[in-house]
Amino acid sequence: MGRRAPFGVFAISAFILKRLALSLVTLVLLSAIVFGVGQVLPGSVGRLLLGPFADQRAVDALNTSLGLDRPLLVQYGDWIWGFVQGDMGRSYMYEAPVRPFVVEALGNSLKLAAVAFVIVVPAAIAGGVIAALNYNRPIDRIISIGGLTMTVLPEFVTGIILILIFGVWLKWLPISAAWPDGAGAFTQIYYLILPSMPLILVLFGYIARMARSGMIEALDSDWTRTAVLKGLPWRLVIWRHVLRNALLPTITVIATQTGYLIGGLVVVETLFRYQGIGLLVFTAAKGKDIPMLLAGILVIGIVYTFTTLIADLLYAVFNPRIRLGALS
Amino acid sequence: MTMATAKATVDRPAATPRRDRSRMILRKLFRSGVFLTGFGIVLFWVFCAIFGIYLVPYDPLSSDILNALQPPSAVHWFGTDQLGRDVFSRVIVGSREILVVAPAATLLATVVGSALGLCTGYFRGVLDDVVSRIMEAVMAIPGVLLALLAIVSIGTSKVAVIVVIGLSFAPNIARTVRSAVMQERELDYVAAAHLRRENAAYVMFVEILPNVIPPILVEATVRLGYAIFAVATLSFIGFGIQPPSPDWGLSISTNYGMINGGFWWTVLFDALAIASVVIGVNLVADGVQGAFSER
Repeated sequence: MGRRAPFGVFAISAFILKRLALSLVTLVLLSAIVFGVGQVLPGSVGRLLLGPFADQRAVDALNTSLGLDRPLLVQYGDWIWGFVQGDMGRSYMYEAPVRPFVVEALGNSLKLAAVAFVIVVPAAIAGGVIAALNYNRPIDRIISIGGLTMTVLPEFVTGIILILIFGVWLKWLPISAAWPDGAGAFTQIYYLILPSMPLILVLFGYIARMARSGMIEALDSDWTRTAVLKGLPWRLVIWRHVLRNALLPTITVIATQTGYLIGGLVVVETLFRYQGIGLLVFTAAKGKDIPMLLAGILVIGIVYTFTTLIADLLYAVFNPRIRLGALS
Repeated sequence: MTMATAKATVDRPAATPRRDRSRMILRKLFRSGVFLTGFGIVLFWVFCAIFGIYLVPYDPLSSDILNALQPPSAVHWFGTDQLGRDVFSRVIVGSREILVVAPAATLLATVVGSALGLCTGYFRGVLDDVVSRIMEAVMAIPGVLLALLAIVSIGTSKVAVIVVIGLSFAPNIARTVRSAVMQERELDYVAAAHLRRENAAYVMFVEILPNVIPPILVEATVRLGYAIFAVATLSFIGFGIQPPSPDWGLSISTNYGMINGGFWWTVLFDALAIASVVIGVNLVADGVQGAFSER
């Protein structure tokens, strides 16, 4: 395939550099796309803010004070430069800097995502491993088909059904994620269980499928056969040889799903009225609060780019074979 | 019997008459339980979308405030919503718009994505690098957010939803087509076309395109599932299909606020309808994938 790399360390650092550069390019393009789409808004922002009956001079003055009469490229450069320095612009809706809103919302979303991940990652890996160990038996079928079915359903559909079952009929869990002020960590987690369920259901299928196929491949491999033939107990073969190799691709899937997860948050947070980054973006979109919207989406894009970057790097560190041309 | 044909196809892809191959694939499809189940579900909803409006007991849009929020009964099978509209009629007719918008978006994504994939896979080089980077950046934004951003800019309409979902899915199809094209262009028949001095457009669209139809079809059916997912989600958050349509996602978003009052029938049936369509389309996609996997 590719050229043979000289030494592992060198190859890996070259890989890391190349991967970093790629992420940077993606980020720049991403910001340009986000900024560009944000410009297509019909009508001027000044008119939008002041309403249809405002004096044209007032509208022009507001546009000038917001810096909207400058060339697009200058505005873009300004926006990006501000962003790099931590200034995300001013919200039209709240007439205040965007950053505190975005930071707080991101923190809330991370809490929700953390609850979802802490539950789904072990559950899905266990599910995938159990399915693989019972390859083609009923348990495997149930886990695989059930997982895939849940994966394809929109979050608000599973969310509604879960709210009906656990919130309305059984009354086990609160149906809103708004916990009382000053609630402790455990109360917060209690309030986040139901909102995290739709995310968990979507992620379970993806992660379990990767874990399952990784396991099946590893179980089928020569080194597993060798390990069995040299007389190692089955349990030890699984733990020491199979699992380690099988779960490598799963790491990547888990990390790429973080990006999806944050997208899914828009829906889940709207459904459960949870003040996260998804609801922030949604509210900003409804209110045409462009600076807030752009900042929210760019932050999400950054988080996604970073998680995929980390996933790729982890994968490279764990799996030296990556240097043999798997990059492109 | 299929062994011999299959082997011949693998050795010389262009040699087997195309009609035989598609007949074989069709036969395989209609023997697969997964495909048939999904196909049945989809067919049911397509039927509802086309003829439902003539068959339902009530006008899905006419309200009857005196009978608002009635639980399911013999008169109103699925109960009535807050305006007294018959939920059963609304669920049946609610299939209409999503089953037009989602396939249209998928079609747009397939056409644009295939063209991009053909060009990048065929020409490679700088064009490929530039287009691929841009597509990666687009794919780095979760689809719903991209749609949200774009729809805020160009306004909410059915066409906007189709364009936005179509364009945001195009990179996924382009990626699949690109890798298929990169394999095809190394084959002899492409070299032969080059020797005949055919121009690039001819080689791409007349020579290569027919041979990459299977991956395009598989990817398109998979994308259709995602498109339904996306349209339903956009309607739910208020950026998709607009009132007074009885669309499922829209109905859920207008009714779920009262869920705590125990009015489960105003949302449950719509949720189940979305679930059944999405599962149906995914079963079809699975079946198609299976039928194409070993030629």
